[in-house]
Amino acid sequence: MGAGHAHVLYRDRTSAVHRLPPEVKIAAMVVFTLAVVATPRDAFWAFGGYLLLVLLVAAVSRVGLAWLASRSLIELPFVVFAFALPFLGTGERVSWLGLELSVDGLYGGWNILAKGTLGVLASLLLAGTTTMRDLILGLDRLHCPQILTQIATFMLRYLDVLVGEARRMRVARISRGDDPRFLWQLRGFAAGVGALFLRAYERGERVYLAMVSRGYQGRMPGAWLATGAATTRHWLVAATVPLAATGIAAAAVVLG
Amino acid sequence: MIGYVHTAPAADAPSLDVRGVQFSYPDGQVALRGVDLTVPRGERVALLGPNGAGKTTLVLHLNGILAGGAGTVTVGGLTVDRDRATLAEIRRRVGIVFQDPDDQLFLPTVAEDVAFGPANLGLRGTELAERVAEALDAVGMAEHRDRAPQHLSFGQRRRVAVATVLAMRPEILVLDEPSSNLDPAARRELAGILRGLPVTLLMVTHDLPYALELCDRSVILDTGRIVADGATAEILADADLLARHRLELPYGFDPAMAARQLTANG
Repeated sequence: MGAGHAHVLYRDRTSAVHRLPPEVKIAAMVVFTLAVVATPRDAFWAFGGYLLLVLLVAAVSRVGLAWLASRSLIELPFVVFAFALPFLGTGERVSWLGLELSVDGLYGGWNILAKGTLGVLASLLLAGTTTMRDLILGLDRLHCPQILTQIATFMLRYLDVLVGEARRMRVARISRGDDPRFLWQLRGFAAGVGALFLRAYERGERVYLAMVSRGYQGRMPGAWLATGAATTRHWLVAATVPLAATGIAAAAVVLG
Repeated sequence: MIGYVHTAPAADAPSLDVRGVQFSYPDGQVALRGVDLTVPRGERVALLGPNGAGKTTLVLHLNGILAGGAGTVTVGGLTVDRDRATLAEIRRRVGIVFQDPDDQLFLPTVAEDVAFGPANLGLRGTELAERVAEALDAVGMAEHRDRAPQHLSFGQRRRVAVATVLAMRPEILVLDEPSSNLDPAARRELAGILRGLPVTLLMVTHDLPYALELCDRSVILDTGRIVADGATAEILADADLLARHRLELPYGFDPAMAARQLTANG
C-alpha cells in the first residue's frame, strides 16, 4: 500500500516550528497571507520584507530552500495569466527590449505574482512542518465546522484504501486483456470508476455500522483535542511572524 | 487486564440470552426463523454456519442495530429495546469485531480509534488514556499506538480492531470471521490473544479447526435456525451433520486427533 500518501508535503524534521501546536501555525499563516494581500502593490520594499520573514521561518524549520523552491512551482499554472497582463493591459505604455508593455498591466502582473508566491511559500511552510493529521486537529481546535474536519479525517484514513482498491481493480482488468490507451477503450475504465464508487458507498455503510456499534450518536467525542493544545506562550511565539507582517503592511499603507 | 463489567449487570444472568428471534428483510427475505441461544458468562462459543445462514443478521441483532421481528435479546440481564439509554449500554456490553478491520478502524491513528468507543461512553483524560493503554496491551499492540492503521499489517489491524471493542470493557466479545485473511502465524497469534482474554466470547466462523481450538461449545445456524448445539469436538466428529449444513473440515483434518492433542496440551 502507498505508505507515502500521508506525507505528500510533510518534511520530517525536529525544529521549533515543527513543535508548535498546529492551530497557532494555521492562524499565523492566515494572518500573514492577509497582511500580504492587503499591501499596496507598488510598495516593493514591503514584499522584500515578507520574503525575508519567509526565509527566516524556512531556516528555523530546516525544510530546505531547494525543497521550498521546487514545491512552489505548483503555482505556475495559476499565475500564467500574470505574465499575459503586461501585454493585455490598457493605458500608458512603456517599451522594453522592443516590446510595448502596459504600465498598469506590469503592476497587475507583479501584484499577482508576488502575492501568489508569498502565499504559496507560507502554505508550504505550514504543510512542510505539520502532518495532515495535525492540520485537521488544528482546524478542529479553531472551531472549524465539525462536518468538514470529519470529512477530511475520513479522507485521510480511506484515501490509501481507495487507491489500493482502484489499483487492484485496474490490475484485474488489465490481466483480462484490457488496454485502455485509446479513447474508445475508456468503457472499462468508466465502469471501474462506477464500481469503485459503489464499493466506497458500501464501505461507508459498513464503517457507519461499526461506529454505531461502538456508541456513536452523531457527534465525534472530542476527547483527544484536549491534549497538547496551544498555550499562551505558543501563541506569543507564533505571533511574531504575522505581527511583523502586519507591521510591514500597515507601514506600506501609511507610507504609500 | 480487562475486567468483566462495571455498570452492574445482574450477577447470575447469562452474558447473552437470545429467545425466539425472528427477522425478515424489507424485501421479504426471511433471515431468522426463531433463534434461541444462551451463552453463560465466561464461556467461548463458536457460531458455525454456511454463507447466507443468517449469522451476520443475528450478530447485528445482538446490539440492537437490527430489530423489529419477534423475540428478545438479553445481555447480562438487560433486554435490548428502542430506548436510547438502553441501546447505549447494550452497545457497551456487546463488543462486535467486524470482519474487515478497515471498516472498523476509521480514524487516522490506532490510539484515537481505540479511544473512540470509551470516549463515546463519556470517559476523558487519564481515565481514557488508561483504557486505551490497557486495551492495546491486551492485544500486544501498545508500541504501535501512534501509527496509522493503513501502515499496519492485516493481522495487526485485526488485533487493533479487537482492542477497539475491548476498550469498552464488554460483557461479551462477538467476532465475525476472526481468522479470515490471516496468514497462519497471525491466525495462531490471534488465537493466543483471544484465549487469554477473561471475557465471554461468541465467534462467528466457518474455520472449523479454529472453532475447535478456541471454543468448547459450538452451535450451527442454518436457514435462520439453530440446528445443532453441543461440544465442538462432537459436532466436528459428526460428518453427516456437517455435510447437511454445507460445513467442511479442511482436507486431512482429523477432529478426534486434534481434540486429543488439545486436551494433552491443556
